Amino acid sequence: MTDIQQLVGELVKKHGTKREKLLPILQGVIEKERSLSDYAMIEIAKQLGISAADVYGTATFYSFMDTEPRGENIIRVCKTITCFMKGKNQILLALEDALKIKLGETTPDKKFTLLETNCLGWCHKAPAMLINDEIYTDLTIERVHEIIGEYKNK
Amino acid sequence: MGKNMLKRIDLIFKNEHDTDEILSKIFKRSNDDLINDLIGSGLKGRGGAGFPTGLKWKLTSEAKDDEKYVICNADEGEPGTFKDREILTQVPHKVLTGMAVCGRIIGAKKGFIYLRGEYNFLKPHLNEEIDKFHAILKKLGSDFRIEIFSGSGAYICGEESSLMESMEGKRGEPRNKPPFPTEKGYLGKPTVINNVETLAHAWTIFKYGPKKFRDLGVQDSRGSKLFSVSGDTPIAGIYELELGMSLQDFVDDFGDDDCKAVQVGGAAGFCVPRKKFRETAIGYQGKLTGISLPTGGSMMLFNSSRSMYNVLKNYLEFFEEESCGQCTPCRVGCQQLLEGIEAVKRGEKHQHYLNKLLRLSETMKMTAKCGLGQSVANSFSSIVENFREEMIY
Ligand SMILES: Cc1cc2nc3c(=O)[nH]c(=O)nc-3n(C[C@H](O)[C@H](O)[C@H](O)COP(=O)(O)O)c2cc1C
Ligand code: SF4
Ligand code: FES
Repeated sequence: MTDIQQLVGELVKKHGTKREKLLPILQGVIEKERSLSDYAMIEIAKQLGISAADVYGTATFYSFMDTEPRGENIIRVCKTITCFMKGKNQILLALEDALKIKLGETTPDKKFTLLETNCLGWCHKAPAMLINDEIYTDLTIERVHEIIGEYKNK
Repeated sequence: MGKNMLKRIDLIFKNEHDTDEILSKIFKRSNDDLINDLIGSGLKGRGGAGFPTGLKWKLTSEAKDDEKYVICNADEGEPGTFKDREILTQVPHKVLTGMAVCGRIIGAKKGFIYLRGEYNFLKPHLNEEIDKFHAILKKLGSDFRIEIFSGSGAYICGEESSLMESMEGKRGEPRNKPPFPTEKGYLGKPTVINNVETLAHAWTIFKYGPKKFRDLGVQDSRGSKLFSVSGDTPIAGIYELELGMSLQDFVDDFGDDDCKAVQVGGAAGFCVPRKKFRETAIGYQGKLTGISLPTGGSMMLFNSSRSMYNVLKNYLEFFEEESCGQCTPCRVGCQQLLEGIEAVKRGEKHQHYLNKLLRLSETMKMTAKCGLGQSVANSFSSIVENFREEMIY
């Protein structure tokens, strides 16, 4: 049995095989793997007894369910209006500089992926970004370098 | 700023932790009695649409089915809104209480909090609170149970029928209405879905009686409301204020003395230019004189350094990305509006093209399947009409 089969098996055991458990199961795979491989989606389809197209169709609807390989740490910079007004572009440049990648890319060591997202619900402390589930607000260029430094040393 | 025109209200975040006592008192009262309090309070949904909460609960209580559900909508994705996160951080027990009382009234045994994926960091704390709350319910002989359901980054899932599709393990595509969730909601069962803040207000109403709530606000817009204030303001944050306030008073309190426009209600809301601050009131339609704007509480201020073209472009990019793509008016309309204003700005299209785009947004309002596509015209027409020159030059 492969790692993915085992992971899906554990998730199915925890949540059951009803269709309404599909999102929690997909989220469980994302939590461990950071993205959904075709193999993982086919395995989920098999174990839930639905078609792989259904799993794929559902997963690709959600912006946090990546089907491309992602790094261990996914950075999502808010690009919506208030963060845009408060200097999101400089924050993005600082991140590209610190990580030596462009928006949408993953570092060669697979440690970071840099993405944009819509309003994170922290507009009063803009600009804001998420790294995995962790929120960072009131960002400045210095703060970005500090934060990335901390993650690099983790 | 700082003129303190508006009274600050302190009900939602008031530090009260007597959940045991309140719940045991509520559970001794009849369902009719409780619904009458809710209707009497004048509470309307705080998620944006403003449906009377008491009526929603009453309709669902009358629906005949063995299985029913209560859902707390914590998808909070409207740009400029961040109050629900703060409620769930500071006073989650009030929301849980609102859900349990709703469950008792409508006859549901199960409640869900649909929490946006961006708020995953709240889960450990919220789950602890839910465990504590379940222990209280058990003592009181109630078997109502609450569970968190996580979203995965989709604004449209805040729309109630799309949220339910998502909970059923599907793409979050809005359903046709009717039937409404009060009849056929989650898994086809009668369901009450309320915004986080609506449920927290229910606590205040059940604890203090409907009068305390009703005495706040004006005419059809009763009670207090949380406002998420952001943009060009020296005091961005969350404020509880009375409904019915004038936008001028709001700007006097929160603006930076250079406010040229306020976007009321997020990207889906309306942009009000300075010359209309005085005649605009914040509340639900009905009896308020002048323009009255309902809102989920998002208030974004823009000063004279901002280009309203950039603001509109940012909103349209948002809608284009977040449209579920299910219906043509919205899928194609959002793209065309965005491409259209860019072409006018670049001088590739004549400025009269803006009129064509305005008509397109009106068509979307009439023909789009859900509130997302229908509301794009709000910001589009209010920005294009009031800041036309900024769109062109
Ligand atoms: C595109 C769209 C997004 C929405 N997002 C939210 C949301 O994030 N939170 C919310 O409470 N209501 C949202 N709503 C409104 C819900 O559909 C629904 O009216 C509300 O949850 C009902 O609760 P209430 O009566 O307590 O306001 C949204 C509506 C639309 C059309
Ligand atoms: S209006 Fe837009 S979001 Fe709503 S159903 Fe149509 S395409 Fe989807
Ligand atoms: S606009 Fe960035 S957090 Fe709201």
